[in-house]
Amino acid sequence: MADHTLNAEGLNCPLPILKAKKMLKGMAAGDILNITATDPGSAADFSAFCTHTGNELMGSSTEGDIYKFQIKRA
Amino acid sequence: MLDTNLQNANSMSIIVTKGSLDWAYPPFILGTTAAAMDIDVTMFFTFYGLPLLKKKLDLKMTTLGNPAMEMPMAGMHMKMPNMVSMLPGVDRAATTMMKNLMAKKGVASIEDLREAAVESDVRMIACQMTLDLFEYDKSDMIEGIELGGAATYMEVASKSHINLFI
Repeated sequence: MADHTLNAEGLNCPLPILKAKKMLKGMAAGDILNITATDPGSAADFSAFCTHTGNELMGSSTEGDIYKFQIKRA
Repeated sequence: MLDTNLQNANSMSIIVTKGSLDWAYPPFILGTTAAAMDIDVTMFFTFYGLPLLKKKLDLKMTTLGNPAMEMPMAGMHMKMPNMVSMLPGVDRAATTMMKNLMAKKGVASIEDLREAAVESDVRMIACQMTLDLFEYDKSDMIEGIELGGAATYMEVASKSHINLFI
């Protein structure tokens, strides 16, 4: 199980989702993707994205202006 | 009760009818995002949406007929009266302003979104009738598109869970 990181800071909808999907595609099942973003809409969007795609949203938090997400590849 | 289980929706079609800079966004944002969510997407480009498939894009926008347009400026919002749109250079300036604002806010360009659509296997169909009507050739358009008509679209739409007209 490998950890991957995606810096989506400064990017607006839908780029954080598109970039996350691109990375998840190249990952193995069970791998973790750690994402940082600044788009305030990303919290709702990553939740919806995971619900639909079956990838697991393990964590979602905010630190100042930074939104952090942890997604486990299904 | 609202069914919140969306697992069944796995196909979408979009009819793309508008080719201005601002109107090009909704179909490409939704198309690429749906593809990222494992939804099969077909985009049908017709009338003024068709030039969005041209190899080289030079999208413009107009303030004309758009009373809702308010551009942020120095902490305020600037309205664009229809009258000024007729002045030479105003639409060009509005287009530049919009592109700069989008770049500043991290909004993808239409070129980038279209590339993402191609990469994620979004099926893109150019309306054959529009191609004939406006005298375009398939070779004017990007690689990988198909040509089709209303029946082609209907065949796709009749099997799609989500059908949008933009």
